Amino acid sequence: MAAEKLSIVKAINASLRTALETDPKVLIMGEDVGKLGGVFRVTDGLQKDFGEDRVIDTPLAESGIVGTAIGLALRGYRPVVEIQFDGFVFPAYDQIVTQLAKMHARALGKIKLPVVIRIPYGGAIGAVEHHSESPEALFAHVPGLKCVSPSNAADAYWMLQQAIQSDDPVIFFEPKRRYHDRSEVDTEAIPGPLHAARTARQGTDLTLAAYGPMVKTCLEAAAAAEEEGKSLEVLDLRSMSPIDFDAIQASVEKTRRLVIVHEAPVFLGTGSEIAARITERCFYHLEAPVLRVGGYHAPYPPSRLEDEYLPGLDRVLDAVDRALAY
Amino acid sequence: MTVDSTAARKPRRSSSKRAGKPAASPGQPELVQLLTPEGVRVEHPDYSIDLTPEELRGLYRDMVLTRRFDAEATTLQRQGELGLWASLLGQEAAQIGSGRATRPDDYVFPTYREHGVAWCRGVDPTNLLGMFRGVNHGGWDPNENNFHLYTIVIGSQALHATGYAMGVAKDGADSAVIAYFGDGASSQGDVAEAFTFSAVYNAPVVFFCQNNQWAISEPTERQTRVPLYQRAQGYGFPGVRVDGNDVLAVLAVTKAALERARTGQGPMLIEAFTYRMGAHTTSDDPTKYRRDEEREQWEAKDPILRLRAYLESEGNADETFFAELETEADALAKRVRDAVRTMPDPDNMAIFENIYADGHALVDEERAQFAAYQASFAEESN
Repeated sequence: MAAEKLSIVKAINASLRTALETDPKVLIMGEDVGKLGGVFRVTDGLQKDFGEDRVIDTPLAESGIVGTAIGLALRGYRPVVEIQFDGFVFPAYDQIVTQLAKMHARALGKIKLPVVIRIPYGGAIGAVEHHSESPEALFAHVPGLKCVSPSNAADAYWMLQQAIQSDDPVIFFEPKRRYHDRSEVDTEAIPGPLHAARTARQGTDLTLAAYGPMVKTCLEAAAAAEEEGKSLEVLDLRSMSPIDFDAIQASVEKTRRLVIVHEAPVFLGTGSEIAARITERCFYHLEAPVLRVGGYHAPYPPSRLEDEYLPGLDRVLDAVDRALAY
Repeated sequence: MTVDSTAARKPRRSSSKRAGKPAASPGQPELVQLLTPEGVRVEHPDYSIDLTPEELRGLYRDMVLTRRFDAEATTLQRQGELGLWASLLGQEAAQIGSGRATRPDDYVFPTYREHGVAWCRGVDPTNLLGMFRGVNHGGWDPNENNFHLYTIVIGSQALHATGYAMGVAKDGADSAVIAYFGDGASSQGDVAEAFTFSAVYNAPVVFFCQNNQWAISEPTERQTRVPLYQRAQGYGFPGVRVDGNDVLAVLAVTKAALERARTGQGPMLIEAFTYRMGAHTTSDDPTKYRRDEEREQWEAKDPILRLRAYLESEGNADETFFAELETEADALAKRVRDAVRTMPDPDNMAIFENIYADGHALVDEERAQFAAYQASFAEESN
């Protein structure tokens, strides 16, 4: 396989397969990841080919999954853990925050915790409660963790390869509403750095910064804005910890306006940190305050209301208009 | 491992001067005991041990030195040299007996009170004091002695031990893992999940619960309505209660449990029934919640006194041995005292070290800002 068109699900599956083939220490762990192939079929066929010893169906206990993954990492394994849905990660939050994130520092660097935690996240799939959330800021806030989110199949393949190879714990947020979006994946390409942003679309009037599922929304907004004569640049941030502030700064110094878009609540979200830092770095370049578009300070609503809660093309363009009005 | 009353009892050692009473009193859970509080050697149908006089003196020495180290650390806290100390006073037999049951290739996951186990594993006692002085959060190399860092969040390490044991099994190694925790931790979900995971994967892990009767101010009755060792049954592996102040029984039971794990028979729960003679930590005041009489009752079961009585009654240790050990304990205390008093504070820049193995742009940025900020004072003072 070299270059072919894959869905994000298939790209992640291919990436896990590559990791299992190339490193005997890589393990897949999670609920229903074996025979079923995961509720989203991301691990489809892997247990059949690599056995129950490497693709491990776990008891239904998230803290147990992450806690034992830590123990396996201490033994020299590289566990790739699947949390079934975003809202189900919290039983494991204690293990992630108090143990996984801090153990390398606690040991003064003498042990490493190469654990990847895959979390399908975000909404717009018409699901019941706890299946549509975007908790990335709760993890990006924690020193010792790295947080990334691909927006397309090629990044899904390569960023997961890099996350598994990293000696640090990585929370890998998968944009579940885009799982079946297909795009070109070159498995022999040379990937860029895991935590570098990518310019998804060039523009001159304003920068839209997003990651994961909102990159596509921003690209659609930029296409719509072009028809109105506005040139929007779209940055795919790819990483929420660390954030590629240099790339955002370079873009904003060119466009002088910044709108950040994510599904997660705006209050104290990733966009808040970006707004603060870019205001500090680009104070004399900015023509407008940095604006944020995202979820509200409300529990994720019942699915009949989620289209109103989630940032869509119109809400993004509304923020663009407000920024351009300064 | 339930007691089979039909099993032939091993003959009591001819040297035993008095018959020990049966381990279980009516209405009380079975308690494995090989040495009574009076220092009389008794036998148990399931667990036996045969130690040389030198080995017995070794266990005694371990307990005396551990208690002395612990007392010195408490003193150093009172003198302001340590911010906090979690004393193991009273739990020496539980820790030395289980610690000496491990092999070098076994792996130990301690709480923050396992100073005696650390001693058995060869961790230098002065290394344990860094976190209590506030110069690091642990910092010893866990792989040097197969002794993981102290874990402060209650019960978390039970899952790490289970995962590590799953890895041992995957590797086909014949070593075992031991997870320490207390009666309070038995209420934690992570301990319950560790029981579940270890059972379903048949992981070679021994759960060693030191029931020291108190979780800070809460008695065991606030954690459980059944004897803790009986919980194992519900998970499908054996549990046993051992006299935690009897170093011989703890050694025998832990050796058997580790061997069981090493030979593919899965996890086991040991409840070492003991007592926290001191406060929870130096910040605690036990007079607020428990009576002196309770402590006095347990003083009569002291783990060190009973082994001394046994050594003396058997003629296995003389006054020279005890005198030399006292000198050795004094020397250890002095070494610990000197090490703590001369322990340097970490460099300011240590805040930014070892947060990530592969680096992180934000840490780099903040490290540089902090260094520049610090340097600005140096310039002003020039």
